[in-house]
Amino acid sequence: MKVSLFITCISDVVYPRVAAAIVKLLNRYGIEVDVPDIQTCCGQPAFNSGYWDEARASASTILDAFEASDFVVAPSGSCTGMIHHYYEELFKDDRVRLAQAIRLKEKTYEFTQFLVQVLGIKDVGAEFPHKVTYHPSCHGTRLLGIKEEPRELLSHVRGLELIALPHQEDCCGFGGTFAVKMSAISGAMVEEKADHVLVTEAEVLVGLDMGCLMNIGGHLEYRGEPVRIMHVAELLEEGVRRAHEH
Amino acid sequence: MLMSIRADHSTVQKTPDSVKGRAELALNNEFLRRAVKFTTERLKSGKLAAAEEHGNWEEWRERGRQIRLHTIAHLDYYLEQFVNNARAHGVHVHFASDAKEAVQLTMRIAKEKQAKSAVKSKSMVSEELHINHALEEEGIEAIETDLGEYIIQLAHETPSHIIIPAIHKNRHQIAELLSKEAGEDLPPDTAVLAGFVRKKLREKFLEADIGMTGCNFAIAETGSMVLFENEGNGRMVSTVPKTQITFMGMERIIPTLDDLEVMATLLPRSATGQRLTVYMSVLSGPRRAADADGPEEMHIIILDNGRSLQLGDTHFQELLNCIRCGACLNACPVYRHIGGHAYGGVYSGPIGAVLTPALNKNMAEWDDIASASSLCGACYEACPVKIPLHDMLVYLRHRKVEAGRGEQAEKMGMQGFRFIMSDAKRLKMIAKLGRWVQKPFVRDGKITTQIGPLKGWNAYRHLPSLPSETFREQWKQLEQELHASGRPTVHEEIRARMEKLVAARNQSDHMHAGDMARSSDLQAASRLKAAEGERRDER
Repeated sequence: MKVSLFITCISDVVYPRVAAAIVKLLNRYGIEVDVPDIQTCCGQPAFNSGYWDEARASASTILDAFEASDFVVAPSGSCTGMIHHYYEELFKDDRVRLAQAIRLKEKTYEFTQFLVQVLGIKDVGAEFPHKVTYHPSCHGTRLLGIKEEPRELLSHVRGLELIALPHQEDCCGFGGTFAVKMSAISGAMVEEKADHVLVTEAEVLVGLDMGCLMNIGGHLEYRGEPVRIMHVAELLEEGVRRAHEH
Repeated sequence: MLMSIRADHSTVQKTPDSVKGRAELALNNEFLRRAVKFTTERLKSGKLAAAEEHGNWEEWRERGRQIRLHTIAHLDYYLEQFVNNARAHGVHVHFASDAKEAVQLTMRIAKEKQAKSAVKSKSMVSEELHINHALEEEGIEAIETDLGEYIIQLAHETPSHIIIPAIHKNRHQIAELLSKEAGEDLPPDTAVLAGFVRKKLREKFLEADIGMTGCNFAIAETGSMVLFENEGNGRMVSTVPKTQITFMGMERIIPTLDDLEVMATLLPRSATGQRLTVYMSVLSGPRRAADADGPEEMHIIILDNGRSLQLGDTHFQELLNCIRCGACLNACPVYRHIGGHAYGGVYSGPIGAVLTPALNKNMAEWDDIASASSLCGACYEACPVKIPLHDMLVYLRHRKVEAGRGEQAEKMGMQGFRFIMSDAKRLKMIAKLGRWVQKPFVRDGKITTQIGPLKGWNAYRHLPSLPSETFREQWKQLEQELHASGRPTVHEEIRARMEKLVAARNQSDHMHAGDMARSSDLQAASRLKAAEGERRDER
C-alpha cells in the first residue's frame, strides 16, 4: 500500500516542520510515506487568478507525481480542495489528464480526513496541556466538508483545553493573491479574525492550512501578540512526543 | 453607469473608478462599517436560526435549486405560458430587451395616463432602469415607498444592499435626513421616524396616478405575479393607483403555485430569518367588477437587459436561478467590511460581483469586481438555491485573462509561477535563491520591510522568513532516521480499512459508466466514461 505525501509548496518551502510532523506521525502507525520528488504546487494561485495555462503546468506535476500512489495525503484543505473541486474543470479538454485528475481525486485526502476517515484513528495518544483555539479554514470546510475530523482528534488530546473561536466560519482574509491585490480589504478581515482569536485567550491557534495560519499569525505578530500558530499535525506530533517523554 | 453620490452635499467627491479605491473609501468610514456589520450579523444569524428551525433546510434548498434549474432550462416554454395566462387576465404584457426600451415603454404609459406622480414599491429591476430619474425628467414625481428606499431617495443615493437598501446608515443619520424633510427635529427613535414616513407616504399613495412594483415571482400556470414585502406599501402601490406597472426580470418565472410554497419558504428565511414574509400578494390581472380595489389597468414589462446572455453558458446560467434574497451579502466577509456601494453596480455583494459583469457582457470596466473576493465560499453556503458564486468569480477572472485583459505585473508574475512550478528542480533552486535574497531583510525569523511585492502583505502582517532547508532537502535524512528507528508493522485493523477502500475504489472504477448515468451527476458520468476509454487506450 503506497501512501504518498503531497507536501504542498508552502509547507515545503516555508513550513517544512508541518510535512515532517505528518511523516513522523504516520510512521508511528507503521505507515511508510513516499515523497515523490517531481511534485511542485497544486496550481491554485494561478488558477484562482484566472491563469489556467500556468495552473495546468504546475498541476500536471501533481498528476504525474502520484500516478502510482494508493493514497495521497496533504497538510492542506485548500490544496486538497483544488484537486477535488477544480482539477476536472482545469483538465476538461485533455482526456489523458482528465482521467489522471479523476483518479487523483479519488485517492487524495486532507491530513485529518486521512487519519480519521481512512485509518480510523481518533486518539493519537497525545498530551498538550495548553489553551487552544481552532480556525476551520474555508476550503477544507466548504469544498471538502471537513467539520468533525479535527475536533475529534483534538478532543482526545490530554490536557488540551479547546476554546471555541467566535465567528469561526468567517474567512481570515488570506485568499492567496487576494491578500496582496486587495490588501486593505484583506487587512480588515484578518484584523477582525485576530480580534476573535484574542478573545479566546488561547496560547495556540491551530488549523489545517498554513496559508491561513501564516496570515493570522503574521498579523498577530505584527500586533505584538504572542499567539503560537500550529498545524493540527504539528500539535499532534508534538503532543505524542510529550506523552512519550513521561 | 450608476455611481453613488455621497450623502453630504457639502463634500461631494468623485467616486473612485476602481473597486479597490471604493473599498478603501468604505474602510475609512467607521459609521458605514459599524452599521453594515451590525445588520448583516443580525440577518445572518437570523437566517441560520430560521434554517435550523425549519428542520429540513438542505432538502428544501435542493428542491429550490431543482425548481430554478428546471425553469431556466425551459424558460422559453414557461415565459410563453405565463404571458398567455396573464394576457387572459387582461394584463398588458410588454417585452423590453434593454433598460432603454423598458424606460420608453414606461414613459409611453405614463404620458398616455397624463400621470403627475407615481408611487413605487421596492424593485431592484427598476434600479437597473434608473426609472426615477427618467420620470423626474418628464416632470413626473416618483416616490419610493419602501422605508429603506425612501431614505435612500432622500439621500440621493442608490441601494447598498439588495433587500436592506439603507443598510449603511445608522438611525442618527436617518433622523437627520428625515428631519430635513419634516422641517423639524425628529428624534433618532425608530418608531417616531417610521411614523413620520408613514404619514407622509399616505398622502402620496392617495394622489398617485401610477403604482410601480417589482416582481418576486411570476407563476406560469396561473399568469400571476407575486410580491413579497414587510411594510404593506406594496399592497398600497398595487391597489390604490388606477394604473399599475410591474417591472419583471425575464427569469423571475416559476412553473406552478406549488413551487411558490418552496420559494415562500426559502426567500424570507434566507433574507431576514422570517418564517414568512409579512405580506405576500399574488396578483392575477387588474381589478374585476366584483373586486373592492385594485388597478383598472395593469402592465407587466418583462426585461432582458443582459439576462439572456447567460442562457446556454455552462459557467453562468445558474446566475438566473437567483431569487434575490441577499443571503450571500449577509454571509460575505468582504461585503461586511466594504458595504454595497464599493461594488459600483446596481447589485452588490457576491451576487453583484458576478451579476454586474455578466449583465454587462463582461465589459472591461467591470473586470476588477471579481478580484474583491477571498473565494471563501460563504456565499455558496448561504445561497438558498445553491448558486456556486465562488466558482463563478474564478471563471470571471479566467475570462478576463483569456480576453487578454490581465494586468501586466500579474501576467509576468504568473509566467514566473509557471517557470518555477512546472519543474521541481526550479522550485528547489528558487527556494535557495530566496534564502539568499531575504538575508538583509530578516530580523528574528521574520521580514517586516514594506517594499515591492511585500508592500500589501506587510502593511498588515509580518512575513515568516524561509527556513534553512526545504522539506525536500530534509527528507533524505529524515527518511533514513525513521527507517533506522525501526518502523512498527501496520495494525491489522488499519491495513484492512485501507485495503477495503482501495478495493471499493477499483470496483467503482470498473463499474460501467452506464450505471453512473442514472445518478444525478450526468456530467461526472460522462467524464468517467471518457476516463475509462482513456485507460483502455493506455492498456
